[in-house]
Amino acid sequence: MDRTLRWAPLIWPTALLGVFFAVPFAIMVAVSLFHRQPGGFFEPGFELTHYRRFLTPFFLERLGITIGIAAAAAGAALAIAVPFTYLLTRARRRTQVAWLIVILSVLSLSEVIVGFGWSVLLSRTAGISNLLVALGLLDRPRPWYPSLYGMITGLVYVTLPYAVLLLYPRFSRFDRQLLEAAETMGAAAPRRFVTVFLPVMRPALIAALIMMFVFVLGAYVIPQVLGRAQHWTLAVLITDQALFQSNIPFAAAMAIFLLVVSLILVWLVLRLTRLRRA
Amino acid sequence: MRRLPALLVFTLVGAFLLAPLVIVAGVSLNGQKRLVFPPREVSLGWYGELATSPAWLVPIGRSLLIALVSAAVAVSIALPVAYYLWRFHSRWARALYGLGISPFILPPVICGLGFLIFWASVGHFGRIENVILGHGVFLVALPLTTLLLGFEGIGRESMDAAQTMGADEWTAFRTVVLPLAMPYLISGYAFAFVLSLNEYIIAYMIAGFTVETLPIKIFNSLRYGYTPIMAVVSVLFLLISVAILALVAKISDLPRLMGALEPERK
Repeated sequence: MDRTLRWAPLIWPTALLGVFFAVPFAIMVAVSLFHRQPGGFFEPGFELTHYRRFLTPFFLERLGITIGIAAAAAGAALAIAVPFTYLLTRARRRTQVAWLIVILSVLSLSEVIVGFGWSVLLSRTAGISNLLVALGLLDRPRPWYPSLYGMITGLVYVTLPYAVLLLYPRFSRFDRQLLEAAETMGAAAPRRFVTVFLPVMRPALIAALIMMFVFVLGAYVIPQVLGRAQHWTLAVLITDQALFQSNIPFAAAMAIFLLVVSLILVWLVLRLTRLRRA
Repeated sequence: MRRLPALLVFTLVGAFLLAPLVIVAGVSLNGQKRLVFPPREVSLGWYGELATSPAWLVPIGRSLLIALVSAAVAVSIALPVAYYLWRFHSRWARALYGLGISPFILPPVICGLGFLIFWASVGHFGRIENVILGHGVFLVALPLTTLLLGFEGIGRESMDAAQTMGADEWTAFRTVVLPLAMPYLISGYAFAFVLSLNEYIIAYMIAGFTVETLPIKIFNSLRYGYTPIMAVVSVLFLLISVAILALVAKISDLPRLMGALEPERK
């Protein structure tokens, strides 16, 4: 009796996570194998039709585009985040707190609001191109979206704060003595950064890059607001199939695919970081 | 002279991060309905307009309600799991911890579709409580991480001391552990609240056609063209987020909190 009572507080989390997270995932796996009822939902069955569609040019093209875009955005965000976070962790604590508030605010900002903000920045009537006209760099204002670069800019924007938060703990625990040693040996600041700091941080950087890649895979609003239809990513396609083509089994199969890919990548990150600790 | 590169990087990143926010705030002040920057005929007219348009106030209220309750759901799930993991190293709690962290790491569209199919299967479609439960489960990771960090900061001695003095488990938890972990509980609640407020895709997939939250409302309006009220509500939501996060920074140690928010934390 006493034993059961002791574990009673875990009943609530178990029930909620079980019913509203584990069960939906199990149903989703099942539905990905069900038969699609055109015009309706689906009926029980067992077929691999939806998974077989992965081999069609339509899906492979989407997948290629998604991977390319996610890699580009994650790479660009990392390139900005590394020097920024490095300098941030060396700043005064007050400065750090202020920046963290900004970073967290941007990170929590709705993708819809970010997409809207960038659509204004890239617009013909109110956007940056007007500034360039005023500076004499451009003859007349131009609309810069929808476009591939506009979309990648938006994706870099949402990924950058995430990247900073991924790198921040690693960078702030970095052993400063290594840099001081390099300084004593006469290495200048940029050289210390490149030859001492970056190599030590390499596993952390790769881990962060993978996490950012998974993060961009989830972007849904920005590709639609800032990109063209041919640049829409897998996340957009899944939603489109589920809600507008009412092909839920195919959407489920794609979601499972995305899930498996993400899990493999996250597992890689865990291995990578564990390796570093060992 | 040595600070120059730092200043340059901070300025560029700051300009990049603030640009879309500044321009949204700017266009919200336009007197006319036109989209121009810098704003012309500057006025707060559209802010007044918002106060009298239920088409926008209703989604705002709905989003606030969903965020308030779903953040509470997330904390109620996270608190026992984090406590049992810290206090008893329970294996069951560890499994629940893994389950609670994972939705947040995966692309949210996966969760969204899972929830959609679940509610369609049980025949309880398009309700606000579905969104609340969806967000509650999706955001468990945040209070889970902050609470665990909070518990780890408490010396086990204080718990032992309380029990030596004759306090039972529950009393010790209530009078010693909980007050010490309170800033972390509030931080976790605040993070979950802010993220629920801004979340789009999961809410949209669960009940986007019937339960219109503010992000859904903005996105729907974006398709039909620009209105300055979109900028006004964006500014309001930004201010709410900044205010709450600044509050978190005040009651807890933000750098420490962020130092522990790495996803691979055990």
